[in-house]
Amino acid sequence: MPLEDAAPAGTMTTQLDAALGWARKYSIFQYPFVTACCGMEFMSTAASHYDMDRFGAGFPRFSPRQADVLMVVGTISHKIAPVLRRIYDQMPEPKWVVAFGVCTCTGGFYNNYSTVQGIDTILPVDLYIPGCPPRPETVIQGLTLLQEKIAKERRVGK
Amino acid sequence: MSTTKTSQKTYMLNMGPAHPAMHGVVRLMLELEGEIVVNTDVEIGYLHRAFEKHSENETWNNVVPWTDRLNYVSPLINNVGYALAVERLAGIEVPERGQYIRAIACELSRVTDHLTCVGASAMELGSFTVFLYMIKAREYLYQLIDQLTGARITTAFTRVGGVKGDLPAGFAESCADVFKKVREAVAESDKLLTKNRIFMDRMEGTGIISKADAAAYGITGPFLRSTGVPYDVRRSHPYLVYDRFDFEIPVGTTGDNYDRYLCRMAEIEQSLRILEQAFAQIPAGKHSLEPSEIKYAYELEDMGKAGRTELIQRYAAKVDQTLEGMGKAAAADTRTADRAVTLPPKEQTYTNIEGLMNHFELVMWSWGIKIPPGEGYTAVEGGNGELGFHIVADGGDGPYRVRCRPPCLYIMAALPKLLNGSMIADIVPTFGSVNMIAGELDR
Amino acid sequence: MSAQNLAQGERREIEAKDNRAALAALKAEGYNVLSDMTCVDYSKQGKSPRFDVIYRVMKLDLETGTDGGRLELHCAVGEEPVLRSVADLWPSADWLEREIWDMFGVKFADRPDIKRLLLYEEFVGHPLRKDYPIGKRQPLIGPKDGNLPNSPSFNILKPTITGE
Repeated sequence: MPLEDAAPAGTMTTQLDAALGWARKYSIFQYPFVTACCGMEFMSTAASHYDMDRFGAGFPRFSPRQADVLMVVGTISHKIAPVLRRIYDQMPEPKWVVAFGVCTCTGGFYNNYSTVQGIDTILPVDLYIPGCPPRPETVIQGLTLLQEKIAKERRVGK
Repeated sequence: MSTTKTSQKTYMLNMGPAHPAMHGVVRLMLELEGEIVVNTDVEIGYLHRAFEKHSENETWNNVVPWTDRLNYVSPLINNVGYALAVERLAGIEVPERGQYIRAIACELSRVTDHLTCVGASAMELGSFTVFLYMIKAREYLYQLIDQLTGARITTAFTRVGGVKGDLPAGFAESCADVFKKVREAVAESDKLLTKNRIFMDRMEGTGIISKADAAAYGITGPFLRSTGVPYDVRRSHPYLVYDRFDFEIPVGTTGDNYDRYLCRMAEIEQSLRILEQAFAQIPAGKHSLEPSEIKYAYELEDMGKAGRTELIQRYAAKVDQTLEGMGKAAAADTRTADRAVTLPPKEQTYTNIEGLMNHFELVMWSWGIKIPPGEGYTAVEGGNGELGFHIVADGGDGPYRVRCRPPCLYIMAALPKLLNGSMIADIVPTFGSVNMIAGELDR
Repeated sequence: MSAQNLAQGERREIEAKDNRAALAALKAEGYNVLSDMTCVDYSKQGKSPRFDVIYRVMKLDLETGTDGGRLELHCAVGEEPVLRSVADLWPSADWLEREIWDMFGVKFADRPDIKRLLLYEEFVGHPLRKDYPIGKRQPLIGPKDGNLPNSPSFNILKPTITGE
């Protein structure tokens, strides 16, 4: 019997949801798919001055099978787009996608024959961090928004 | 019992474009015999962003932000290289203080380039501490660049004919402070790495290239200097004010990864030396106004409303931080006086009609700067080597063709030569010392 | 000062039909570095032949690191004749010729199969030509999937594509 039928009025499932959300948001394992200049700001955010580690997002997992947040950092060209899609497909659930930098949000000012005009044409995106490149403060704000989103997701008892 | 003949085949391994090493996207297809790399095929182009095509559709100054994103770890050098190339075609002279400011910007960028390269390649070899130290040092430099240009990385600081604005007040002092901290961070990393047994074992003797091979592949920069050839564009074709600085060119002996690491560390020190000399030699700017000469904008407005326009000419307005260093005194120092090329200072634009028309004509589409038809090539010393811009002008308001000679393309073309015969584990330090910047490689 | 940059070198013209001979002679004279190779498409100005392939060679003294002289060689070429490759004279020419083929469609003979350098293989056209619009979209190549007819394969033993 599924959990949601046994529990009265969904109390237990909301508590479980909240607990799972709390646990998930503070243990983000990112896969940094770094291509271009935004990678420099990603490095700055990850390093000691701005430190993503205090948000629990410190340790990047360099294998998509072990990661849950795909941070797409930098311009995506048509040549690398299938690779990106493949990596997204290889990630197990639950997974979230962060479009870091305006090139991934909308293509940036690279409106040309070779740039994907926003990765949301090929992937479902959860968070857009605009900026060219975004300042580390912007990235941290985005990260906290993502954490809120992760916390609020309902997993049990839909 | 029959014995079967076993055959030995090489194994194809794909070090695919999604690299864990934060170098961007490059694909290495390795043919392996056990651990030894027998053949390498390098595939690039994963970050092709059509820089050259875009610059044909832009005006002369609008290309500058595109050049920022070429070698994005040393963006100011690309800006300066492009601006120099255009100015050479048009015969535009930049005032001396502007040239010093450009040289300062270039050297700051060069230090960030080498810090990033050494930090990232150290991290791949396991030394995360050095990465954090280097990025900490780089962070101080980014804050300096932020004060100077308004942005940390993609700065768009240079204009054709000058720079955006003068040095902010107190810049020399904050720089002196930062250089001390950078030197400390470099000294700490040096203590951790240079005589470190593991680091030396992995870097010495790997990725060796000979002088003749490096020259035949067109390699320049720290890569070539590590083989023993003291070729530096700042020495052989001095541009800006580099002929007035006293600096050494660090040269290696064997052309292996360890030599490249040492070259880059030494170049950081030399760049800091150049910066200190630049601050000592830079001609004084006229922008340092007495505090009594600076008034708030509303006060100037009141003066204007009272009809006292001569007072507006005398005083300077206290402006937003982003407009600092762009006043009329600073403009005389940092931008060419040729009014067909650079924008007039805002005091002129907002107070008289000639200034307004000048500004209008420079920014309107199909007006703007007109460079006489011709073509020319100018090279500057980028973080990776000779960064050249070949510009073809046809008299229009933008370039007809801009070609960027990317220094790391030649090193990447030589990568099979560097990797064949080595083990897979040697790929990591070698690739780290190549300092491949995909923005420049794929343009 | 900005006006005195001497990295450009003396300008010379070479014929497209014997570009290799001219370049080999220069190499024998001591120009040991092919520092750059590029191409300009003059079709918008109505020039014929259409392309101008520019070779930049340099004499680099390996002991002292001094630049012994540079040359800028211009080679006007159209669809015919096909330029001869100089990849055996200077190894840097290999990738530079691939890039010129990729971006402009200028063919080079006497070299292993030329394939694109910066763009994906299924790309149609040569983007830096003046008649290629910058915003032209080609179908986004999809992930490797059996159902999609044009999906790329990651089989590196696939033969290279020779034409456009």
